[in-house]
Amino acid sequence: MNELAIKDLLYKLADDQLILGHRNSEWTGFGPILEEDIAFSSMAQDKIGHSLAFYTLLQELGEADPDTVAFTRNANQFHNNQLVELPNGEYDFSLIRHFLYDNAEIIRFEMLSQSSYEPIAKVATKLKGEVKYHVLHANTWIKNLGTSTEEAILRLQSSLNEAIPYALGMFEPSKYEQELIEAGVYPGEEAVKAEWLKRIQAVLEKTDLKLPDFATVEPKMGGRYGEHTEHLQPLLDEMAEVFKIDPTAEW
Amino acid sequence: MYGGGNVFEATKFDDLQTEDPAKLAEFEARIARGEKIEPNDWMPQLYRKQLIRMIEQHAHSEIIGALPEGTWITRAPGFRRKMAQMAKVQDEVGHAQLLYSAAETLGKTREQMLTDLINGKSKYSNVFNYPAFTWADSNIISWLIDAGAIVNQMANAKGSYGPYSRALERICAEEAFHLKYGHDAVVHMATGSPKQREMIQAALNRWWPPIMTFFGPSDKMSTHTETLMRWKVKMASNDECRQQFLDMYVPKIWELGLTVPDPNLKKNMETGQWEYTEPDWDEFKRVINGDGPCNAERLAVRRTAEERGAWVRRALLNPKAKYVKPLA
Repeated sequence: MNELAIKDLLYKLADDQLILGHRNSEWTGFGPILEEDIAFSSMAQDKIGHSLAFYTLLQELGEADPDTVAFTRNANQFHNNQLVELPNGEYDFSLIRHFLYDNAEIIRFEMLSQSSYEPIAKVATKLKGEVKYHVLHANTWIKNLGTSTEEAILRLQSSLNEAIPYALGMFEPSKYEQELIEAGVYPGEEAVKAEWLKRIQAVLEKTDLKLPDFATVEPKMGGRYGEHTEHLQPLLDEMAEVFKIDPTAEW
Repeated sequence: MYGGGNVFEATKFDDLQTEDPAKLAEFEARIARGEKIEPNDWMPQLYRKQLIRMIEQHAHSEIIGALPEGTWITRAPGFRRKMAQMAKVQDEVGHAQLLYSAAETLGKTREQMLTDLINGKSKYSNVFNYPAFTWADSNIISWLIDAGAIVNQMANAKGSYGPYSRALERICAEEAFHLKYGHDAVVHMATGSPKQREMIQAALNRWWPPIMTFFGPSDKMSTHTETLMRWKVKMASNDECRQQFLDMYVPKIWELGLTVPDPNLKKNMETGQWEYTEPDWDEFKRVINGDGPCNAERLAVRRTAEERGAWVRRALLNPKAKYVKPLA
């Protein structure tokens, strides 16, 4: 198996989880109700933990240690999709992003748990059990709020419209896409996207929210190749603020 | 994280004149026997009022206390600290949830309590009106403020009100982990590079005065709390808590080669009591009354969070649902 292709996949998985975990953690102390404050904080911990698991696999393949990889790279070295790096905005945007992202992430993890590349299969099998609860959380809240007040529905619909172009960027194929599919690592991003669409539609049908017509949407690509919005570098600078005081120190 | 100490109004003899003497005697006898008072049991109005006040202040201290440390979640250096800092602060918000529920059993809703917090009507632990300038400040809070909170909360866990005392037992179990986390982080700083040592000493210097006021004013200047002590609402005096804290933690601070910024701090071997420079209680009062370095900022953050989240709470309200007190 081409090791570069595996590394590329691992970076994508790890960076997505790290950046969204970081964003989720920004809700601590600011949630609309205490229960949601706690929920976003819980998911943040899981996601950062997942990213660590993938960075650890990368280290086993000869990359630098997880702290160095996570805390010292610049934005153009990150492989996350652009959806996860966007600022939290209001709770409606964070919830919609969480719904769109986690419904895709669980499919990726389910597929990877069947992977021909055993180290990923093992980690994905373990982690998908946790992401299951993130999906349950997102779907429950979308169903609740998506059928509640006019105000809530309007807010969610507007956030959904705003997030969709970025969400489609989650499925940007890597340059090793075909190789990964042929080697049985996982069925690839097109397959993830097709299943994702079915699942989010099944939830949205139970609400007053409507998925925008994808024909009219320009997907925001580039994240997988190091192209990012202006929001990623400040996030990384903040994350590394203390670490960079002395990268050789033990904190 | 709550140090108590500054919460009580003077109890007046008149407060008890309207109570049924037989019921009051039975209530006091139950407490003397070590029984817990439960939400639907008879209790004097004063007991209810003071407990709501105390539990509510404790709950507010947890969510406001999440702010100075919370700002360091996104900056925590390395995976190990990042994950622990998140879990730690999340615990504090969870404590608030538990405590608001405990207070609700006495008849005040969470929404009312949060409104009183935002309007400046209810107080919270004064230490959180001080800023956490650096990562090291956050470490000092995790270690020493949590340590102080444990001293206070362990005492109050033996109090007479069932829901509060049960919540405190759970809270103390979690705080014990925070203490270990905070200590570990401080040890790494104190034994680390010269820069790290300088950061942690500077943070200790900043935090020592607020820490010394954490348990509230000296007993000689506190309002009378005999009734509340007899009712097992207040379980230990402010000075007792402060002495216990100094006894447990000053040696640990010295052990790390750090200096406590009080030249008069020493243990008097004859009395067994710690002697120290009297904290600036005028400043303490000024800060409690709103004029501290971060009062306005803390409340503004809380107010913004409440305002931004209002639409979610409105959307969750089901007009057919009936308000019920939480189980405790």
